[in-house]
Amino acid sequence: MTGLRIIECGPGTTLQDRGRHGYRRFGVSTSGAMDPEAAALANALTGNPPDTASVEFQMVGGRMAVEGCDLIVALSGPGSALRVAGAIVPDGRSVAVRAGEIIEIGPVSRGVFAYLAVGGGFNLPTTMGSLSVHRRSGIGGRPLAAGDFLPAAEPNRGTLSHITPAEPCSGPIRLVAGPQDDHFTSDALALLTDSTFVVRPDSDRMAYRLSGPTLSHRGDGNIVSDGVLAGSVQVPGDGVPTILMRDCQTTGGYPKIATVISADIGRMAQIPPGNAVRFALVTLGEAVAAARLAASRLQRHVENVLPEASLPTTDSLLRTNLVGGVTAGQ
Amino acid sequence: MAIAVEFGDTIDEETNRQVIELARMVEGENLPGVVETVPTYRSLLVHLDPLKAEHAKLSEALARLAKAAGSPRERRRRRWRVPVIYGGEFGEDLAMLADLHGMSEERAAELHALAVYRVHMVGFMPGFTYLGGLDPRLATPRRETPRQRIPAGTISIGGHQSAIGSIAAPSGWHVVGRTPVRCFHPDRDPVFLFEAGDEISMEPVPAATWDDLAAQAAVGEMVATCETR
Repeated sequence: MTGLRIIECGPGTTLQDRGRHGYRRFGVSTSGAMDPEAAALANALTGNPPDTASVEFQMVGGRMAVEGCDLIVALSGPGSALRVAGAIVPDGRSVAVRAGEIIEIGPVSRGVFAYLAVGGGFNLPTTMGSLSVHRRSGIGGRPLAAGDFLPAAEPNRGTLSHITPAEPCSGPIRLVAGPQDDHFTSDALALLTDSTFVVRPDSDRMAYRLSGPTLSHRGDGNIVSDGVLAGSVQVPGDGVPTILMRDCQTTGGYPKIATVISADIGRMAQIPPGNAVRFALVTLGEAVAAARLAASRLQRHVENVLPEASLPTTDSLLRTNLVGGVTAGQ
Repeated sequence: MAIAVEFGDTIDEETNRQVIELARMVEGENLPGVVETVPTYRSLLVHLDPLKAEHAKLSEALARLAKAAGSPRERRRRRWRVPVIYGGEFGEDLAMLADLHGMSEERAAELHALAVYRVHMVGFMPGFTYLGGLDPRLATPRRETPRQRIPAGTISIGGHQSAIGSIAAPSGWHVVGRTPVRCFHPDRDPVFLFEAGDEISMEPVPAATWDDLAAQAAVGEMVATCETR
């Protein structure tokens, strides 16, 4: 059988696709790639539809071996380097890996999450329509570990292509106020947008916890449980804002002062623990416009993925690596 | 992206009934851009696809439906009968709870089984079923120290609510019994049994039936019965 054999990987390495939808009313979290744009790009580089499941690496990378036949793979994630048989693959490029060769994924040096896509995707059974792993409930399985084997759906499938990496978006993380901003004192929203917060090390796929000024509730800081989603800025009794992420529960009992807009959740996910984050309020109309802009930007970007004129082997990549090495050394 | 439709800020039957009515209406309307809805005690969260939803139109439609959801109407309801073993090793807090309310264990189990519960919401974890309709004589504040792990199928009491647990999990509620029914079984069709708005009645069964019923449930039998009325 052809596929990837995990030799080693970090504890937060999971399969993720666009997530599990339609089961939230039964208490099932959606999960899904923390940075869907990065996952979509890795998929596009191998010729996959954007929502195909890929391997999500959290902070640390890993090593895996290709078994069976050759595979086409691509990596996407801020500052994470891909090596095949010891040779660095330049950013924004898919590569053919021969059976027996080792793939090395470096640490995600300028963010948190990186995605490794395989041309044709994986041949694994879905749970409720998705391969995404929800660690807390065990739905979709468990994180990957040494010895695990991921069978390829269609060996020798995929396209070799490359893209010029887009400029990363910058600026504050944008929020829409509510739904319970009226549960806070009048200065709370201003405090949220005028202060600098730092992502705490106990942040994970469920929630990003922040340190910074505390926000004051008008009441006791509890509400009767209410629906939540990735992006909800929930404030428990201690006043420390927490941003719910893709693995969050479906309901929660703390007031939500604001919601991170859809377009910025992937960007929020890529802010490493210890790094600063600032927020800005936008209107609902601006949030929708930003979501549409982000989608069309990704669409344009994916359309810019250029098939290779000639299919490079790892031998030819070894030669391109001379250039890659110089670039990396600068 | 989502729109929250709030009907109130307390746990009460009428508010919850309106929430569930709105959820059903939204489902029936097939509004463009609506991905799914999550009914809770007091609000409906309508998840949207920002690329497809026209926010202004949707808000208007939801406001119109929410108004209509306020007037009571007869709906067909599902009534589940759920076998439960009360007390002993299956309900380790029943004796303490009965003692607290000055009644026998048998009486406490009887009162719990006599009520017809309504599923207020499913959440917290996959399939965890919150029930309204607890006999007020059994209402008990949560434990001061939560338990690290209670088994799947635990029937518990927390404040004025009762619940059916779906998977082993920590809990601060009082454990009064256990059902072999799996609210959530990933390899069964349907994966989930109970939905907000369903009615549930508990059917006390002897502890001796546990092994047999649990074995049937493990291979995907529902073990509970359901009728639509």
